[in-house]
Amino acid sequence: MSRATIRTLAAFATLAVVVAALPAFVNDFRAQQFAYVGVYLVALTGLNILTGYTGQISLGHGAFMAIGGYTTSILMIDHGVKDVATIPFALVVAGVAGVLFGLPAARLSGLYLALATFGIALATPALIKKFEGFTGGGAGVNLFGTPELTASLTPVRFLGLELNFNNWLYYLCWTVALVGYVVAWLILRGRTGRAFRAVRDSETAAVSSGISLTRTKVLAFGISAAYAGAAGSLFAITTTFVNPDTFPVTLSIFLLVGVVVSGLGSLKGLVAGAIFIQFMPLWSQHVSKSPGAPAVVYGTVLILLILVLPGGASGLIARLQHLTRR
Amino acid sequence: MTALLELRNVEARYGPVQALRGISVEVPEGTIVAVLGANGAGKTTTLRAVSGTVRRAGEITFAGKPLRGGPEAVAKAGIAHVPEGRGTFTELSVTENLRLGAYTRRDPSVKADIERMAGYFPWILDRGDQRAGTLSGGEQQMLALARALMGRPRLLMLDEPSLGLAPLIVREIFRIVRELNEKDGLTVLVVEQDARIALDSAATAYVLEVGTVALSGSSAELKGDEAVRRSYLGY
Amino acid sequence: MAAFFQQVVSGLASGGIYGALALAIVLIHRATGVINFAQGEMAMFSTYIAWTLTTNHGFSYWPAFAVTLLVSFLGGVGIHRAVIRPVERGPQIRVVIITIGLLLLLNGLAFWIWSGEVRAVPSPFPAGTIDIGGVAISWSDIGTIAVCLTSVLVLSAFFRFTKVGLAMRAAAVNPSEARLVGVRVSSMLGLGWGLAAMLGAIAGMLTAPNVFLDPNMMQAVLIYAFAAALLGGIDSPIGAVVGGLILGVGLNLLGTYVDFVGSDLKLPAALLVILGVLLLRPAGLFGKTVVKKV
Repeated sequence: MSRATIRTLAAFATLAVVVAALPAFVNDFRAQQFAYVGVYLVALTGLNILTGYTGQISLGHGAFMAIGGYTTSILMIDHGVKDVATIPFALVVAGVAGVLFGLPAARLSGLYLALATFGIALATPALIKKFEGFTGGGAGVNLFGTPELTASLTPVRFLGLELNFNNWLYYLCWTVALVGYVVAWLILRGRTGRAFRAVRDSETAAVSSGISLTRTKVLAFGISAAYAGAAGSLFAITTTFVNPDTFPVTLSIFLLVGVVVSGLGSLKGLVAGAIFIQFMPLWSQHVSKSPGAPAVVYGTVLILLILVLPGGASGLIARLQHLTRR
Repeated sequence: MTALLELRNVEARYGPVQALRGISVEVPEGTIVAVLGANGAGKTTTLRAVSGTVRRAGEITFAGKPLRGGPEAVAKAGIAHVPEGRGTFTELSVTENLRLGAYTRRDPSVKADIERMAGYFPWILDRGDQRAGTLSGGEQQMLALARALMGRPRLLMLDEPSLGLAPLIVREIFRIVRELNEKDGLTVLVVEQDARIALDSAATAYVLEVGTVALSGSSAELKGDEAVRRSYLGY
Repeated sequence: MAAFFQQVVSGLASGGIYGALALAIVLIHRATGVINFAQGEMAMFSTYIAWTLTTNHGFSYWPAFAVTLLVSFLGGVGIHRAVIRPVERGPQIRVVIITIGLLLLLNGLAFWIWSGEVRAVPSPFPAGTIDIGGVAISWSDIGTIAVCLTSVLVLSAFFRFTKVGLAMRAAAVNPSEARLVGVRVSSMLGLGWGLAAMLGAIAGMLTAPNVFLDPNMMQAVLIYAFAAALLGGIDSPIGAVVGGLILGVGLNLLGTYVDFVGSDLKLPAALLVILGVLLLRPAGLFGKTVVKKV
């Protein structure tokens, strides 16, 4: 094993230990907030595969999260499937949707793709409302208190630990997040990852070395949408409720913001991006509660971050590593 | 005779690659000076160092003053640079290209100058509305030349005007350059791979090899030089 | 039949507004190669400035209109200078994120300064209608169309006949070449942002009387403008305007005559236009298809 690999594994092990221990130090309410950080981490991992590694800008990943979230809700409520068991379904359905969208979208480059995906994100809430027989329309679907939702009424026993609902959610989300993180790492360090990066760096060079552009982009779309689907499923479970406004266009925008804040094309900073998505709005409300002020704070911080940290959190980490190694 | 443009110990690099390793070139006012050399010798970079489109070090003086700043400032100082590969705005019309050539000027005689250009290139009047991209290669090169002259430059820098053009057209272009030099006293610095035609027009020439000046002298001297003859003139 | 023509004319009026905002998007895209997601919020902000001038500072409508255009122009130049120029040469996505930051910032600022209260904005045009060949057409529709057309004509004359306009086009199509003839490319891009902000301001001030003024007023218009810009070709100024008009009329007719669409599916219908155009004719109706060699 190379030293870089050992370092990566050590860093990951540290992360896993911190994640496992965190609930002991925070209250119940915070545990739920950190569960959302796990959810966003899943989505960001997937989006970074598409945007960071393959160079395809998506402003529509909230739509794939919506597909995952609704798959889970409909399976739980209409078909009595246990929550955890719906996650693979959500993943597959969103992944297939990603491939289907990716097939035509692979022809679009740069900002055209950004606009097309943005269109998808914008249309999603209206479409969910329109097909109300299937989705419950504007009223949404409530999951809380159903037998399919684990630990919502009585604590669950797991590996000898008794977990209340929020702690259960925390561990569920973070388990998926960490597994997803490892899977992404494995995908990206191999042949597939090289193909993704080749397409991002130069389509011409990629083609001349025998890489199929369409196949690579569609694959990246599929994988990325599958992550978003899993994230959407976890989002529905954690929120215990879905309606069209659960997955607004702002969610898609914030995911892209999160990926850029994390640092494109690197997995190192993703946790920071997920924390940014979850806590930045709360922090900005903390600064001032007068109407509009939080958005001003958020927008200003975001602009400053991009200007000051062009490489995002990953870039910062890489710079610090560079300094300590010298 | 004083030098209008003088390069002293100029270096330039593209990232890690050093393209110029300290060259010194003098362009006396009212003369045509040629820079010769093989591909990659640093000919184009020499012009780019003057116009400030590449990172440079060393001393460059123009009309007695140090030349500083980016290409906008250099253009304003009175140096017109016709880059390699026919520098025209292919999406704009012939007239618009010419108007842009006069961008740095503040006087109102732009129309008169377009007519003056038509004296050299009669076709530009009839085809003023044609998009530059639809012109033939030779016409584009002539348009690039005309556009450069529209700025009434004190120094004209031409990069490989012969590139990809038929010999007849190349001769025509050099004939016009010589005429401008003789009639209006225009100073010209031309970079050329076709050493023969360049030496026929220029008073003095510099031969570059891997970023340094290997040889320099009057055109007549260089034409007589054994090494130049074998490497660049081919006889 | 009269109802049909009424719908067409009011479609042209809203289409003119979409076209103006689409033109703003196209200007910035041509100059900087990015899509400005904050264009709608910039327009909204300008509209608030106009509203403040008329309501709190005693301006009458048209002087306020002129002052707002000037302030918007300076604001656009300032935004470019402060936050776009530093990232202009980097990857597109960073510029996109900056414009998203601007979107949030301006939206929040409007809520902060003027509160989210919806306000009625009087129309500068006389109320009532005029009868043209049996069709009753409202003065406000006619006025809107006239203002949009005038601004587009003035702008295209500016680009064609003035030195600065020509330099701006040169900077957009070939920046490195433009620098060689002495054009300050970065300043030209800044001017582009200024002009785009002005166009946005016009779109916003024309929109406000129809929909009430609130900080989210321009969000739907921005989507329609995106669709219009794509429909006409994101690099074609004429295309943006024509695309806006087609979209305005098309959506109006669709909403009126197709029950399934109604008014709640107008937005998704516009999005379908975006997707359809992207897939069938990515360069839009007036754009040049750039053959990408792979």
